[in-house]
Amino acid sequence: MSKKNNTTITIDGREIPFEEGQTIMDAALAADIYIPHLCHRPGLKPHGSCKLCTVEVNGRSASACTLPAASGQEVSNNTEALTEVRKTITQMLFVEGNHFCPSCEKTGDCTLQAVAYHLDMLDGHFPQFYPRREVDASHPGIVLDRDRCIMCELCVRASREVDGKDVFAIAGRGIDAKLIVNSESGKLADTDITTDDLAAHICPVGAILIKEHGYETPIGRRTFDLHTIADPGLEPVILRKGKHADEH
Amino acid sequence: MHSNNGPDSNAGSPAQQCGDNHLLHRLYELQQKFQHIPKQAISELATELNLPISQVESVVDFYSFFHRIPRGRYDILFSNCTSCGDTAMMHTLCERLGVSPGVTREDGVVSIASTSCIGMCDQGAALLVNGRTITRLTKRRLEQIAEQIGTDTPVEDWPVEWFRVHDNVRKNGLLLGTAFEAGSGLQSAIHQGPEELLEEIVKSGLRGRGGAGFSTGMKWKFCRAATGDAHYVICNADEGEPGTFKDRILLTSHAHEVFEGMTLCGYIIGSHKGYLYLRGEYRYLLPELRAVLKRRHKAKLLGENILGKKGFNFDIEIIIGAGAYICGEESALIESMEQKRGVPRVRPPFPVTKGYLDQPTVVNNVETLAAAAQIAVHGSGWFNSHGSDKSDGSKILSISGDCATPGAYEYAFGVSIQRILDDCGAEHVQAVQVGGPSGTLIAPDEFERKLGFEDLATGGSFMIYGKDSDLLEVVRNFAHFFAHESCGFCTPCRVGTTLLKNSLDKITSGRGTKSDVDEMYRMATLVKRRSHCGLGQTAPNPILDALKRFPDVFESRLVHDSEFEPHFDLDAALEEARQISHRDDAEAHLV
Repeated sequence: MSKKNNTTITIDGREIPFEEGQTIMDAALAADIYIPHLCHRPGLKPHGSCKLCTVEVNGRSASACTLPAASGQEVSNNTEALTEVRKTITQMLFVEGNHFCPSCEKTGDCTLQAVAYHLDMLDGHFPQFYPRREVDASHPGIVLDRDRCIMCELCVRASREVDGKDVFAIAGRGIDAKLIVNSESGKLADTDITTDDLAAHICPVGAILIKEHGYETPIGRRTFDLHTIADPGLEPVILRKGKHADEH
Repeated sequence: MHSNNGPDSNAGSPAQQCGDNHLLHRLYELQQKFQHIPKQAISELATELNLPISQVESVVDFYSFFHRIPRGRYDILFSNCTSCGDTAMMHTLCERLGVSPGVTREDGVVSIASTSCIGMCDQGAALLVNGRTITRLTKRRLEQIAEQIGTDTPVEDWPVEWFRVHDNVRKNGLLLGTAFEAGSGLQSAIHQGPEELLEEIVKSGLRGRGGAGFSTGMKWKFCRAATGDAHYVICNADEGEPGTFKDRILLTSHAHEVFEGMTLCGYIIGSHKGYLYLRGEYRYLLPELRAVLKRRHKAKLLGENILGKKGFNFDIEIIIGAGAYICGEESALIESMEQKRGVPRVRPPFPVTKGYLDQPTVVNNVETLAAAAQIAVHGSGWFNSHGSDKSDGSKILSISGDCATPGAYEYAFGVSIQRILDDCGAEHVQAVQVGGPSGTLIAPDEFERKLGFEDLATGGSFMIYGKDSDLLEVVRNFAHFFAHESCGFCTPCRVGTTLLKNSLDKITSGRGTKSDVDEMYRMATLVKRRSHCGLGQTAPNPILDALKRFPDVFESRLVHDSEFEPHFDLDAALEEARQISHRDDAEAHLV
């Protein structure tokens, strides 16, 4: 599958190698170049829905996580214009849901929040949608708070691709799209999810939380209290929920 | 890398998806029987079709024609398109029957709501009652409908003429005006052989008639060259662009050309199976389409060893959608065929290499396939001697709106807008929406522009707005349409189309300011540039076009600085916050 590095792309003028089959995101991560992203996680199939990783490839807009790297691509990533676009998209994600960082257990470990800080987002800018979304606390070990869901489908893919289950799905259309679970009752308790599943831990926001492990790491010592989202190699750290962020 | 979204949702085995057992068809039956999809039925169906419950649920919630809460036994949907819709009529009937829009009457007898364009723009106003189309609505007809419901007369017993749909072909051209003998294209194909016929299609210059304009010959060539366990031909008859109805006419009166085009494509690319994906709004066409397929089987134009040619096997099946504009996008259509939500895939890979069931697939527009059948008979020269430089052949237009004779008009490419307006008797025209809401809104000083891929591309929709039309209302209507039809997959389109809709609602209500317009422009640009698929990338077009060409329609509704009186003193209202934060610097004040 992986051939020799004989080809390169440039990102913001820096030449980096890529291997056959890699996306721009893969090549960037391998070179420790940060391209903001929410719905992407190495090891899961690329999705391309959040559009945070929007880059310009030879002047054309593209998602870094799904576009295959190809020799000679000139990629713009860290530019003022793209930061503005990404900040706006992040604001859109905030206002379409119900996000109250100060009262959210995920604060400090939340990728959406960290991306917002990284992009210098200071407010939601747009009028809040205040959607009515259901909370599902039926499961003994896991709570599903849809208010915070950003439709990234990481849990959908983790359950399918890694856990070998099919616990989550997105239902509905447009702004009414919502996260549902695969059981006759529609309740998480009646699915086969367990707290060992990757799907129970992969949520980048506070929509899927493990019960009885709240605030084990104090605020001030959480992942993004100690790192910025742009730090290389953070992916494994982000997944170590309920553990101290610098505990390896 | 595997990069189509929802790749592992269960597509079921091809056998499961056939005919009556396709998830969309089974859900349609349930909806008809119970006026909604009962929860119990969902889990039973999931078990029977061997699909996850969540997949069935997600499909139920995606398509507009499936409901969780019971609709009335008479379920009426008025088109809300600017050409075949009439919201005032909807409210009239609501009042007459004592029902609120979107809410089923307490006795469960009747429900009335609106739906996206139902393709009757040349004979509106129009509605669907239990999925059947009633055209040419009048006040009198509304009263008659109310009476039929009052007397509990089954829809099947309502007068037949109410449901009549006319072709309204006003101007014949290359395709509509050339007689076609069923089987003539296939005879010619067998005579020429697949390679030669393919070259002929390439040479003809035929490009996709859905609007995007990709070379049909090249598409077939790529698919033929792609390896797979099977190849598929799909005819995209999900004609959902508001203002478009030309496929309705082709499927009504030229179905042989369409099916023959599919069969030819199968012959060339090495496919034995074709699907026609028909929009749910055109369900009334189904009996006749099935009859045509039967006749073609009998005449050895479908089935095994077509026209006696050994190994030339091809069959066609019809799959019917359930109210989702996005399924006109080819990869969303394929997802829908695979019994999933109609969410566009990430491309590449393209359907020609990885389409239906991940196999090489050609997806073509109805008109494209009809044209291919005629080209097989008459040759490439017959076709490309018409048209303009980069746009060979002709285009069938669906003309509607403020003109004397709405209907289908076929022109060679290169015709001017003014010529078309003259032909259909349109006077005092304020604007024309070429190609439907996703196309281009043009003003009178551009009426000398020409139809064609090099200038004004169109899938066929041609909506005319006279001098008395409220253009801002038109743009608002389109913004609502796109927000309703966005699949919700990517952030820019999911959230952006709703923000744009909200902006236009605010401006049309007379509460908007200059900054609302600036914000709307900024959002429109972002949605257009950063969305995942063609829906989001074109959704802001009416707004951007109107801002550029008709800025006054916005300006005239805005609240201006001089007259803007806030209800309270903003700076004074911040005093408490300043005290709490111990600040009194310049930045803590609004000037």
